[in-house]
Amino acid sequence: MNDALDVALRLLVVFVVFLTFPLIIGQTEHKVMAHMQGRLGPMYAGGFHGWAQLIADGVKFAQKEDVVPAGADRRVFQLAPAVALLPYLLVLLAIPIGPSAGAVGQVLDAGVFFVLAVMGVGVLGSLMAGWASANKFSLLGGLRTAAQLLAYELPMLLAAASVAMAAGTVSLPGILHGFHWWWVPWQLVGAVVFFVAGLAELQRPPFDMPVADSEIIFGAYTEYTGLRFALFLLAEYAGIVVLCGLTTVLFLGGWHGPWGTDGLGWLWTLLKTAILAFVVIWLRVTYPRLREDQLQKLSWTLLVPLSLAQIALTGIVKVVIQ
Amino acid sequence: MSLTAATATVAAADSHGFLSPTGVEIAFLLVGLVTLGAALVTVTTRQLVHAALWLVVALGGLAVEYLLLTAEFIAWVQVLIYVGSVVVLLLFGLMLTRAPIGRSPDADSGNRWAALTVAVAAAVALVWVVVDAFRTTWIDLDGPAAGTTRVTGASLFRYWVLPFEALSVLLLAALVGAIVLSRKATPDAAGPGRTTAADLPAAGPGEKEGAR
Repeated sequence: MNDALDVALRLLVVFVVFLTFPLIIGQTEHKVMAHMQGRLGPMYAGGFHGWAQLIADGVKFAQKEDVVPAGADRRVFQLAPAVALLPYLLVLLAIPIGPSAGAVGQVLDAGVFFVLAVMGVGVLGSLMAGWASANKFSLLGGLRTAAQLLAYELPMLLAAASVAMAAGTVSLPGILHGFHWWWVPWQLVGAVVFFVAGLAELQRPPFDMPVADSEIIFGAYTEYTGLRFALFLLAEYAGIVVLCGLTTVLFLGGWHGPWGTDGLGWLWTLLKTAILAFVVIWLRVTYPRLREDQLQKLSWTLLVPLSLAQIALTGIVKVVIQ
Repeated sequence: MSLTAATATVAAADSHGFLSPTGVEIAFLLVGLVTLGAALVTVTTRQLVHAALWLVVALGGLAVEYLLLTAEFIAWVQVLIYVGSVVVLLLFGLMLTRAPIGRSPDADSGNRWAALTVAVAAAVALVWVVVDAFRTTWIDLDGPAAGTTRVTGASLFRYWVLPFEALSVLLLAALVGAIVLSRKATPDAAGPGRTTAADLPAAGPGEKEGAR
């Protein structure tokens, strides 16, 4: 009974995090973009600093009619948002936020592979949406999504493999237990590759070719309205939470900090995740969109060689220090 | 290590019978049925993209079976490679060429019976070999997991190095072959103006190489 209660409690906590953190990031994005670009709109609703903008958006999405195009493949079209969103819920289960055994949803033996595998499944949602919409813009968006995933999955995996080599384990808490501060400079290249490839997998600017609203009108999501569209947006923000959390855990030492690792470790994890999420938003308002061929070129000619070099470096240092 | 594992499995076999299945065994059977059903729909459906999506269900079912056999690492790699990359590649190919919504009347082949014969023969051979090899082997689910990353890695690089390396050479050959084929198809457009789509089929085996 106690075990069942423990499991239920963990699932509940992860679920609450899954429901709130993406919204917090969405709200932050509103505000940060408003400040950086001098936008007045998001600062108006509700009075002080436009605090009610997110609620207004939610009400707007809930009110809109749920339309399925006549020519669409109905079942796949309706299933796609769930396929896009649920994998991120599963990934959150495996991310440890503190050093104690209770600070992770579920300890997995092959945690690194679990998170990368399940994150890849989320992209199937975009592909299904792109195909089932019966719309040429959506199909183009789906195609670009697939091409982007195939290009960026490899460097992401190689960068994660480098950390796993350094720690000698593929379990996420295990990697953090083996962490030393000098891992940050040692794995710096891998960290950058992982973060950039993750941004591309989430289709965040500057890698938002698949949803490019000014060219193919939001790509795979063109035909979506109301709550289903909101689910896709939620998946994007949940993806930011997951990516930033993973980068924190794999490359930035998670709960390790200058002080207070034992009691306040979870605070360090959240702080690092929040800073990375800010960087994600910052990049969105700073950089223009890459062209499709530039995007492929960046991955195959820069990120893949860099991650292979990082693996070589990890191997050499690992042999030397043994 | 394998010796102790072997004694453990023999010891576990003594306390098992086919007539008193445990919960895990029932779950294994049910997931197996779902996987088989999804695989059958994959090859019989007339809707091309639906076939690819049912393939996702079948491959995911296989991953769950691995999980039930405590082979966690193999399960996640299965999802990563097959669901995350191979099916995405399939869908990419379908969308790039043709992916009509609804039935494709020509999604059938005159080789149906030959294909069925080959499939049944292959299935019989595989089932026979596996049953013959592991007839009395039971996995002790209560003890330490027999399929952790550490155990899998140790047995892979201790006992199965040669097949493993032979497979990587095979994949490398496929990779080189794919590049050669895609280049030969466009001899005059081999400059920087080449489309990225021609490069992409080469990415499949390459990803397998990287992921193992």
